[in-house]
Amino acid sequence: MRIDAEELFERALKGDIRSISRILTIAEFPGEIDPEIYRGIVKRVIKNGGRAHVIGVTGSPGVGKSTLISKLISMYRSRGERIGVITIDPTSPFSRGSFMGNRIRMQHHSQDPNVFIRSTATRGVSGGLSISTVMLVEVFDGLGFDRIFIESVGVGQIDVDIHNIAHTLINVLIPGAGDDIQLLKAGLMEIGDFYVLNKADKPESEQMFKTLREILEILQNQGLSDWKPKAYKVSAVLGTGIEDLVKGLDEHREYLMKTGSFGNIVSRRRKYSAKIILRHLLEKTLENYIDREKEYLDRIALGEIDPFTGSVEIFRRFVREIHRIR
Amino acid sequence: MILYSEELIGSEESSLREYRKIPKIIVAKLGLDGHDRGAKVVARALRDAGFEVVYTGIRQTPEMIVNTALQEDADVIGISMLSGSHMTLVPMVLKLLKDNGAEDIKVVVGGTIPPDDAEKLKEMGVAEVFPPDTPLSYIVKRIKELVEERRK
Repeated sequence: MRIDAEELFERALKGDIRSISRILTIAEFPGEIDPEIYRGIVKRVIKNGGRAHVIGVTGSPGVGKSTLISKLISMYRSRGERIGVITIDPTSPFSRGSFMGNRIRMQHHSQDPNVFIRSTATRGVSGGLSISTVMLVEVFDGLGFDRIFIESVGVGQIDVDIHNIAHTLINVLIPGAGDDIQLLKAGLMEIGDFYVLNKADKPESEQMFKTLREILEILQNQGLSDWKPKAYKVSAVLGTGIEDLVKGLDEHREYLMKTGSFGNIVSRRRKYSAKIILRHLLEKTLENYIDREKEYLDRIALGEIDPFTGSVEIFRRFVREIHRIR
Repeated sequence: MILYSEELIGSEESSLREYRKIPKIIVAKLGLDGHDRGAKVVARALRDAGFEVVYTGIRQTPEMIVNTALQEDADVIGISMLSGSHMTLVPMVLKLLKDNGAEDIKVVVGGTIPPDDAEKLKEMGVAEVFPPDTPLSYIVKRIKELVEERRK
């Protein structure tokens, strides 16, 4: 199919669903299209972007991320905003397939032309954010969506990556999933702007919320700004506490604007996206190279060489090989 | 451009080819019918066959399903129905696709569809109907063929 970049972009800007969808797919899968046209479209998207407020939502599986996002969408829709949602599900390392079930909790928005939900999968080799996800953010932003939600799978590197591309990060917790010791562990608790205790209708939530607030007092935010992380108690299913949370999110956005961080985060996001793609290219190239080192790997397998020394040697040879080909 | 060696990761063109779209299918229960065991089994089989499966859950309207397929840029819509209302609701899905200029998205239907109705649905534009007891392997194979056909 022959595609005119300008025309496709203009149609998408006007809100044509199929055109928006097509551009999202092109951004997710650069191999779908002639590189020239790819660049023509993405160039326009990036040029027009930088205004959307990007909110990352993370938390363990089952804490209610999708339901919370769905409620937040309703609030923002009542103000007339256009919302883009990116949900990430794990890719099977065996089949490359994925079962994407996050939409279910947001399905009642699916008849609203101003809520655009795209399900995507981890797809990457290293377990971090995929090329797809970072580019989907750029497209929603460049096509004039006001607010973009990224729903993560809730484990590992991906969430740290999301922290690097979102303006605001919401960490969703539930009562009954461990004590204050869990909250002190490194990783997720270091990167939230908002800690939202969901399922607050449960009796255990009172104690948990108290603990959470105490922990936040002593935790140091690793983010770029001086924003003091805030704790909220909500029930996404019942819809309680959502209004307060939205007020908090507004304050955060204003804070980012006032301090100039908003634009800086967009720059950081693009730089970070490039790093993610580079990481992916390097890993793929290295994977290809490792295939050539079968015999050497066998010696590691037999215990003749230890894994560390062996890997350093393989990497040196890899670098030498790259110099040779140039 | 040191790393961009043809030897290690191929030419620009072949390297981009690796980033081709993974086939995507919407699996949905259409209408007032809560029996989703079959739909989940098929969804799981398609996942294991390398599809990205967007599962919408039960009680979907034709509008919800078509909008989902449009937003997700799906190759195929898989509808599961055990309620007997397929002759009313499935044509509505087909019409909505047509109204949106998206007839290229293939529609398959599975469930308790009598053979006569299956024929009629196919005449209307449904790409395939899978009656009860269709082997999973056949469903996967047939849907793969439909994706190939669409991509041509």
